[in-house]
Formats: sequence, C-alpha cells, structure tokens
Amino acid sequence: MAGARILVRVQEADFDVSEELERLTAGRADVGAVASFVGLVRDRAGETAISGMTLEHWPGATERALTRIAGDAAARWPLQGALIVHRVGPLRPAERIVLAAAASPHRHAAFEAAAFLMDWLKTEAPFWKKEETPEGARWVEARESDDAAKARWGA
Amino acid sequence: MRVLYFAWLRERIGAATEEVETEAATVAGLVEELRARDERHAAAFADLAAVRVALDEEMADLDAPLAGVREVAFFPPVTGG
Repeated sequence: MAGARILVRVQEADFDVSEELERLTAGRADVGAVASFVGLVRDRAGETAISGMTLEHWPGATERALTRIAGDAAARWPLQGALIVHRVGPLRPAERIVLAAAASPHRHAAFEAAAFLMDWLKTEAPFWKKEETPEGARWVEARESDDAAKARWGA
Repeated sequence: MRVLYFAWLRERIGAATEEVETEAATVAGLVEELRARDERHAAAFADLAAVRVALDEEMADLDAPLAGVREVAFFPPVTGG
C-alpha cells in the first residue's frame, strides 16, 4: 500500500510495546487491525540452561535490511504500517528481544504480514546470538526450520 | 578493500575489520589469500560451509567476482529474532 509507515529501530534499551504500536497508527483513523509479535529470551535451549545472551549486529546494514523487509511486507499486503524494533547487546532471560507489527484495514493482512516480518528477519537480517550456558558461551547455530519458514512465502 | 568479520569469525581472527590489498578475482580467491596469512585466518575459514559473504552489503556466493567491490563481509548464518 502506498505510503505505508515503515518504522525500524535497533537499540540496546528495552522498548514499550504499547508506545511502539501507538507510533504505528498515530494520527490516522483508517487502520482496522494491528498484529504484533514479541520475542522473548528463553532460559533454556533444549536441555541446556541459558543464563543470558549477547546480540551482535552489523550497524547500518542491519537497519537497511530491516527496512527492506518491512518494505517488502508493505508491497505484498495492503499495509498502512510495518514496525520492527530489535534489541542488541547483553540480554537476560525473560527480557524482550524483538517486536514486529503490521497495521492494515483488515486482520488477515496484518496477521500474515507480521509473521512474514519475523520469518524474513530471522533469515535475512544480520544479527548473531551468543548464549551463556553452564559450559561457557557459544554462538547459536542457524536453524533449517527458519529457512523453511521463510520459504513458505515464496521468493 | 575493506574486509569485515562478524560473530565467531571476528573472534577467531581477532579483529572486526581489516584493510586488504588483493588481486583476487573472486571471493574464493580472496579467502585463499586470507587463509594463507596466519593460523587465525586459517581457523576462521576452516569450514566454508558455515561462512556467508556479502559484497557491499549484498549477499553473494564464493565464486562471485570482486571487481569494483569496496567492502567484503564474512559472517556465519544469521540468528536474530
């Protein structure tokens, strides 16, 4: 949809979900649906206890990748807005790590676009997680299931 | 040419960025030159199946040409979200 509001941010600080969603729709009354996803840091990976993680990114390139992903979503669905806020740096279990949201006149487009944002972000945006385990820190390996999740949207 | 490293590639090499003089025609050629530099680079590029590359921020393959490229980035598959 022409003129979709694209909001993308990478930051160390936590974010307020209500404030972010408000930003997505502020000043307009034609939005019928906002779908959002919040990712949290888990305290385990399979059987392994996770005491925290550190997120590394590629400053500049990461923001450009997120902007492109949000723009792709707005080209596929009739969106009035697309939002991605992603944290970097050290994070503890239960902390918020990412927020993705889509605004549209109707719910189906909003739901689908929010899922698309996450599936593409996970495989396309340059972030890397390093987990702290009882055996020491380790880099998280990419999952084939994430590639499969992205593939369902087509090229 | 500017070379960037992220995540465990950065750790193994011990630097996030370095300036490289190269005549290599492709990414693969550059990787061979970097591997020959020292043990750190050799360790970082030991398993190329686990390494992704971007040329001026565009994802590329190992056989991609380097002509006109200003910045090469090496990193593992991404794990954000």
